[in-house]
Amino acid sequence: MTKLVDHFAEGLDAPICLTWELTYACNLACSHCLSSSGRRDPRELTTAEAKAVIDELSAMQVFYVNIGGGEPTIRPDFWELVDYATANQVGVKFSTNGSRITAEVAERLAASDYVDVQISLDGATAEVNDAVRGEGSFATAIRAMDHLKAAGFRGFKISVVTTRHNVDQLDAFKAIADEYDAQLRITRLRPSGRGADVWDELHPTAEQQRQIYDWLVARGEDVLTGDSFFHLAAYGDPLPGLNLCGAGRVVCLIDPVGDVYACPFTIHEQFKAGNVRDAGGFTGVWRTSDLFLDLRQPQSGGACESCGSWDACRGGCMAAKFFTGLPLDGPDPECVHGHGEALLAGVAPGTAPRSDVDHSVPVRLRRRRPDRACDESPLAGLTL
Amino acid sequence: MLERAWALSPQVSIRPERFGALLYDFGTRRLSFLKDPRLLTVVERLADAPSARAACEDAGVPDAALPAFEKALDRLAETGMLQERAA
Repeated sequence: MTKLVDHFAEGLDAPICLTWELTYACNLACSHCLSSSGRRDPRELTTAEAKAVIDELSAMQVFYVNIGGGEPTIRPDFWELVDYATANQVGVKFSTNGSRITAEVAERLAASDYVDVQISLDGATAEVNDAVRGEGSFATAIRAMDHLKAAGFRGFKISVVTTRHNVDQLDAFKAIADEYDAQLRITRLRPSGRGADVWDELHPTAEQQRQIYDWLVARGEDVLTGDSFFHLAAYGDPLPGLNLCGAGRVVCLIDPVGDVYACPFTIHEQFKAGNVRDAGGFTGVWRTSDLFLDLRQPQSGGACESCGSWDACRGGCMAAKFFTGLPLDGPDPECVHGHGEALLAGVAPGTAPRSDVDHSVPVRLRRRRPDRACDESPLAGLTL
Repeated sequence: MLERAWALSPQVSIRPERFGALLYDFGTRRLSFLKDPRLLTVVERLADAPSARAACEDAGVPDAALPAFEKALDRLAETGMLQERAA
């Protein structure tokens, strides 16, 4: 009988879940933002177009979508779209920096079985968090979590991107999650979007990778990882999860303008499968795009295939390789055997591919209100 | 397990696949897999069968495979995806 992971590697008729970034607008400017968000794109999907996508997801029986951005709650129709999705049996988990999770919103969220919330927190202290996410962002996230706890929302997610500066805080993150009756989610820093600019200084050291692995193994299913550390399976035992790259096979990304990419970490022309506005809609892109059909074929691991860990890590993360300038049929830049590090030394500075999609707010404009209200929303007045 | 009557939790959604089915529980937000198409048939028939054994027979599960099916159904019951009901 074919193994389950092999079925997944060959792709399913519909994604198991997918990430949908609703807007490129964001009130923060995190240094590692994987979608280089900041300003709204005037071509973003309209409410009607977004609802048509939800209709397709419902027909394909996609159980839930991970909604993100940008900061998705900035969209004036955010709640309308969440309600429309859940009314059509598509569950929603949305990622937020917490800035709009008021006491009132928290009450509303606690009342729904079909909506889950994920608060981003990249430091267990304001000092570590705010260095990456911006001044005041720690206090904002904690305030949102206070509201969720007061409203009785149990099991919301606290999502942490691991960096060199927060690896030693893993226990502290877990303590925060326990205090709030929340579930901790730890994910890998990717050199995607603005993450490419800070990857060298922020990605965990080799020793820290081992630390992360041991910590996660000890926690078992108690801590979520979004399957993002499967490259660490080469240390020995796999971590809980599917332990495979699901890009274009069981997951994908829909970006704010409707472009469909293989995964949330691959916003680049090379990994763009199509657009939900195309004639066949999202369903057509998922089922017939050349890129996705190709990803569902057996992939070559190059030199990695002769490594004893090949079956465990399968060469690691496609996005991590691509945006650090490594070939896709070779080791992950964070290969636990150090093969990636050796190759990285041979990549000339400035030659790694960069995403051509960038909505970053120019540095000189940051910390000011948008110069035009419609940078955040076409409907917003200036009284923000 | 086999002699009792069961039904799928109302919070669970099933999606048939080549290998069997995907199951998602909106209550626990847990994803599970049915790794045999016959198991999907059994699960679909549980609600109308007087017992899990009857649902298995109805789905054409051979006696020799019953222990494996019982184990799979047990696991679904443990995680709350199947709920016992009056026969």
